[in-house]
Amino acid sequence: MKIVMAIIKPFKLEEVRDALTAIGVHGLTVTEVKGYGRQKGHTEIYRGAEYAVSFLPKIKIEVAVASDQVDKTIDAITTAAKTGQIGDGKIFVINLDHAVRIRTGEADAAAL
Amino acid sequence: MTFKRPYSAGLAALAVGLLAATAAYAEPTINKGDNAWMLTSTVLVLLMTIPGLALFYGGLVRSKNMLSVLMQVFYTVCMVTVLWALYGYSLAFTGGSDFIGGFSKAFLMGVTTDSKAATFSVDANISELVYVCFQMTFAAITPALIVGAFAERMKFAAIALFIPLWVTLIYFPIAHMVWYWAGPDAISDAVKALAAAADGAAKTAAQAKLDEVNADAGWIFKKGAIDFAGGTVVHINAGIAGLVGALLIGKRVGYGKELMAPHSLTMSMIGASLLWVGWFGFNAGSNLEANGGAALAMTNSFVATAAAALSWMFAEWIIKGHPSVLGAISGAVAGLVAVTPAAGYSGPMGAIVLGLVVGVVCLFFCTVIKNALGYDDSLDVFGVHCIGGIVGALGTGILVNPALGGAGIMDYTTGKIADYDFAAQMISQTWGVCTTLVWSGVGSAILYKVVDVIVGLRATVEVEREGLDITEHTERAYNM
Repeated sequence: MKIVMAIIKPFKLEEVRDALTAIGVHGLTVTEVKGYGRQKGHTEIYRGAEYAVSFLPKIKIEVAVASDQVDKTIDAITTAAKTGQIGDGKIFVINLDHAVRIRTGEADAAAL
Repeated sequence: MTFKRPYSAGLAALAVGLLAATAAYAEPTINKGDNAWMLTSTVLVLLMTIPGLALFYGGLVRSKNMLSVLMQVFYTVCMVTVLWALYGYSLAFTGGSDFIGGFSKAFLMGVTTDSKAATFSVDANISELVYVCFQMTFAAITPALIVGAFAERMKFAAIALFIPLWVTLIYFPIAHMVWYWAGPDAISDAVKALAAAADGAAKTAAQAKLDEVNADAGWIFKKGAIDFAGGTVVHINAGIAGLVGALLIGKRVGYGKELMAPHSLTMSMIGASLLWVGWFGFNAGSNLEANGGAALAMTNSFVATAAAALSWMFAEWIIKGHPSVLGAISGAVAGLVAVTPAAGYSGPMGAIVLGLVVGVVCLFFCTVIKNALGYDDSLDVFGVHCIGGIVGALGTGILVNPALGGAGIMDYTTGKIADYDFAAQMISQTWGVCTTLVWSGVGSAILYKVVDVIVGLRATVEVEREGLDITEHTERAYNM
């Protein structure tokens, strides 16, 4: 099992969700985050006071999938979240040791 | 412009000296229409401060200091309201010296439901109690404006002490100097008595009486400075006190290095808009009568404000490349400030010009000058209120000219609009501006020092980092 974690542009969330649903992913955790990568921040001006804002708002999604689903999941996210501009985000894949569904006690693959 | 006519004293003296002449004068009556308008205007001015100014300022600070600003404004309104009734009204609006009134109406002594206050017309009075409340709201908003200058770093205990000291020693005297006069009925009665005086001795006595009535006014009033609704009394007064405070207290921790963006321009937009609505009570209410003069003040308060908002917005768009919401609402407030002294004197086209000018001037002060000098006037109390007030005070001297569509200045001795003299009027206006700058600037500096010795002005660095809401008030504005 793996956790696929992706940082994406906020307005791409719905498309990513649709793409993941289409390949049979039925659960997703979303967090509003801030950060920076290659995309430069922006400047905010309040009555002449200029502030360089280097942390941009992004969405972090985390989805737990079976190991053989990882490539399909990455494909789905990449296709849906891509605009071709700097700032589209990144995907990280992390090993997942164990999973439990709280309501039933089902474990691992049955819990996903 | 506002004033209180001590008609009982004047009339009594007149009656003693000129029995035959005074017998014909009717007692001034209270006009119910004027009274109704003044009741309405009074609550509109309260709306300006709470929640108008409180939200405008609150939105501009960081979310950790939102409640501290709301509290400072609300506290100021409540404290000044009580002081006004105890002795403020008496100090500002009774005769005494040229610089301060007396205590004859302390605790609102003798002010009853039958008491009358003069307006700008002979024989058109309003209830003195509504005049007390109307002026009370002016006294309340002025010190509330100051707190924006040292927002996000002043101890609440310091503000709690500074506000009563400041209104007592700075605001009440300035209001007296600018707005206190004997009123049109007293002058008219003295003029009629002079005309009716038969022989030389009677004429001398009547002339002496008229001189005495004309001399019964505040120092700036007698300099000939005109200030319809408080450009000097409210805005220059608060603006310079704010600048002095910002300089003495010092910059916020991290100023110029850390992000200090407004936490909610939505709140500021609501606040600025409520200020505009309430300002009709401030400006059109200062006419004291529900007549064409009030309608002129209303018209000017519409067009000057809109023009200033556009002027700031377009100037910023041209210079910085983007039109900002904060720029538009700041421009609107600058326009309201500038039109305050001019509201009943300028014509509408003059008011538009005034608005266009003040929008750009205040933008320049809030950006270029402030950054060049490096002072931290958190919410631009100086750049908007003091500078806008000076532009308005001097602009009023120009725009009052009937040849420019202005209303002119009434001479109550002749009963006609006085001839306009540009140089003389500008000198008068400059007296008003400079007296206020010096009185408030020097006086405020002394008061800050006194407060600093007694309770300390500034919150600790740790408190400032944590935010004043949780440390000073043990509350958070938003629990989400």
